[in-house]
Amino acid sequence: MGSYVPNSPEVQREMLDAIGVRSIRDLYANVPKKMFVRELDLPHEMSELEVRAAVTELAEKNRVFKTCLRGAGSYRHYIPAVVKSITSREELVTAYTPYQAEISQGILQSIFEYQTMLCELTGMDVSNASVYDGATAAAESITMCLERKRTRAYVSATVNPQVIAVMRTYCFGSGTSLTVLPAKDGRTDKAALKAALGDDAACFYLQQPNYFGLLEDAAELGGLVHAAGAKFVMGVNPIACALMKTPAECGADVAVGEGQPLGLDTAFGGPYLGFMTATHDMMRHLPGRIVGQTRDVDGKTGYVLTLTAREQHIRREKASSNICSNEALCAFTAGLYLSAMGADGLRRAAELSMSKAHYLAGELKRAGLPLLYRGEYFHEFVTACDARTAAAIEKALEKAGILGGLPVEGGILWCATEVVTRTELDQAVEIVKEVLGK
Amino acid sequence: MKLIFERGDPGQHMTLLPECDVPEVSLKERRALPLRLPHVSENELTRHYKQLSDRVHGVNDGFYPLGSCTMKYNPKIDEELAALPGFTRLHPLQGDAASQGALEVLWRMEQALGTITGMDGVTLQPAAGAHGEFTGLLLIKAYHTARKDSLRTKIIVPDSAHGTNPASARMAGFDVVNIPSGPDGCVDLTALRAAVGPDTAGLMLTNPNTVGIFDKNILKITEIVHAAGGLCYYDGANLNAVVGVVRPGDMGFDVCHLNLHKTFAAPHGGGGPGSGPVCCKEALCRFLPGPVAEKHGEKFRFVTPRNSIGRVRGFAGNFTVIVKSLAYILTLGREQLPQAAENAVLNANYMMARLAKNYEMAYHEFCMHEFVMTLDQLHQKTGVSAMDIAKGLLDSGIHPPTMYFPLIVHEALMIEPCETESKETMDEVCAVFEALRKEAETDPQALHDAPKHTPVRRLDEVEAARHPIVRYQFQQD
Repeated sequence: MGSYVPNSPEVQREMLDAIGVRSIRDLYANVPKKMFVRELDLPHEMSELEVRAAVTELAEKNRVFKTCLRGAGSYRHYIPAVVKSITSREELVTAYTPYQAEISQGILQSIFEYQTMLCELTGMDVSNASVYDGATAAAESITMCLERKRTRAYVSATVNPQVIAVMRTYCFGSGTSLTVLPAKDGRTDKAALKAALGDDAACFYLQQPNYFGLLEDAAELGGLVHAAGAKFVMGVNPIACALMKTPAECGADVAVGEGQPLGLDTAFGGPYLGFMTATHDMMRHLPGRIVGQTRDVDGKTGYVLTLTAREQHIRREKASSNICSNEALCAFTAGLYLSAMGADGLRRAAELSMSKAHYLAGELKRAGLPLLYRGEYFHEFVTACDARTAAAIEKALEKAGILGGLPVEGGILWCATEVVTRTELDQAVEIVKEVLGK
Repeated sequence: MKLIFERGDPGQHMTLLPECDVPEVSLKERRALPLRLPHVSENELTRHYKQLSDRVHGVNDGFYPLGSCTMKYNPKIDEELAALPGFTRLHPLQGDAASQGALEVLWRMEQALGTITGMDGVTLQPAAGAHGEFTGLLLIKAYHTARKDSLRTKIIVPDSAHGTNPASARMAGFDVVNIPSGPDGCVDLTALRAAVGPDTAGLMLTNPNTVGIFDKNILKITEIVHAAGGLCYYDGANLNAVVGVVRPGDMGFDVCHLNLHKTFAAPHGGGGPGSGPVCCKEALCRFLPGPVAEKHGEKFRFVTPRNSIGRVRGFAGNFTVIVKSLAYILTLGREQLPQAAENAVLNANYMMARLAKNYEMAYHEFCMHEFVMTLDQLHQKTGVSAMDIAKGLLDSGIHPPTMYFPLIVHEALMIEPCETESKETMDEVCAVFEALRKEAETDPQALHDAPKHTPVRRLDEVEAARHPIVRYQFQQD
């Protein structure tokens, strides 16, 4: 029961004889005797059937909401059937990092294609092969921008608080000063940014659309950052990139983001995908793997991991990052998703998401929940109400199988994507009306 | 093979999304740059990706003795369970009450890993081994900072360590002190004693180490570091040799990371997603990244430790990877987890004994789950390098061992068969190794020219780095 060891006790005996020892424990001769574990306090082994039942029971203890109106960094978009059909192929799932290029062309080419697609989405020159998630991509982007005399990083208060939290942790490590610049009416305070950046400023990080769903005046903010001689980093939603002015058009030096919307499940937070793109000038500062095109001895086109002189296995303590694994299968998934959607499909997903969000906002306003902030927004927005009302709305929606907007300071942060229908939105609004007593 | 951008035509697309059932709106200011994504039919798309996946070598394709990477069999049941909608369709911010099953998964995993490592606290947030190293080092930093012991700025790393160790130490703001290994590949106690002092923040060590040997002085080593006021970090990359047999906590380590995608059978996905939980002793628990899952009565909830270093990742971790490894741990249980480790050691020693007849071993004692060969003499005699042998293996459908690591061994090939390989498979692979050894003597050029039967042959890496082409160039560019 409960084992994947193929060798029977008889075969194991033969092997011990070939080695010339009597028992396996003889091979552990270097281990101080008193150190051996006597009894492992774990459950007993199980058959596959029992494991299936036990873990399925755990899955069933969770609530899967029929309708999801919550985003805040994790989004339920439509995932085409081809995505899972292909990404569950066992050779893709079980392969290692493509160090042996000759037998890893599939992974390498898929990453090369992914890099190209991310460059197209963001307008940037180069992309790496991905990092752990959007928040770690944001944190790594700060490290890319540090220079000997420019050691201070700045981030807008309109960035997802979780992303700021991860930046803080990374900055605690590297000893970098990180300042959160204030927001004004839900968007970055330009005057505060201008006043803050001195000649020791390394970079400013802006999220677009921001945490509250609002479009920032990115090009103008980027101009202020460059005027101070610092680098401009943008964290962008990849679906919104199909519509909005690209980071490249806003003058970004580095553009990163959470790749989860590109065909990955919300899956309680992971695995996700952090994408990182940059200008040519910043290429050698990128952390992680990068795939490049080259030729083999016969002149045939092929792909390899390249620019490895940046990486930990070569540079050790002088590497640009410690990163070793990327999220290869997630990058493969994102590339496949973008190929299935195509430019028109991706734009369609973006427009549908945006239209549904605006419809929901309009109906909620009529129901008595006005928008907290003015200004253009994409597929997320905040409605104003007190915390008690927010909690009551959340509870009432949950009862009906709807995961409502996320209660945040000053109100509720809502999200709509192409997967919700008008009927679902109307149903949610009816429930909100009941809670508000209208 | 064509790139996806070279297939299809602008008229091709898939019908995926419905008509809009609400009034349509769009942005006032839109991108002016063209968006050039593939335009292919579903049929063409699936053929392209099938062709790509045909050019990948997975564990299911053949023997995969990549040292230090633990390419064991990845059970299918784990994949199926991780794909249950009760896991994949959860929003990470849907609240504790609606996520009791997911929280229980995390809590059970924390309990299991605490038991296996002999540690008191666990975070499942780190997304990979290197991410775990960084997290563990931040715990060490927070510990010294809280004690106002600000002089402790150095992390000691043996020269046999994985490259991630010194790189992680730098990211955590430490200076790295490299110490040489002894002739047996183990820690040189004299060098260690000379390196420790009032500036020592800690030591990072892999045990069994990167040459596949369990350091018999382990208790002495951790004692020396502790006596100097430092903490000991265990790199769990090689835990597969000792899981359920010996615990890092009992070796004297204060903090460690594990790789669920190595030891606990989660697949590698071509280089991720992985999962690199960190386990620590009581004194470090209050610094762990939040949130961690806790059990209160019959309910589970997320809590953030009192003096948390903060988040190291956006949400609570690579959740579905954790589901896979929990299913694996439940399958093996207390009885089979140690058996897996012991069989990993048995398999490695069996292969080492067989190959020692034809190849020179870097160290002449029993190994743990992996061993290192040195092809230095063969190289000098025949001109055939470790790289040539590795490429020769490709033509036989065998994934080569880890090459040129650890750095302290010349012309190194590091072999880790894993417990999930049969004697039959290993015998076949050893026969291939033996044949290649003969070929090195008789026809070295054939090995310089290998591989011959792979989709591409040896690639020009120098050219790739000198003139980087890192994206497809469209014709109109």
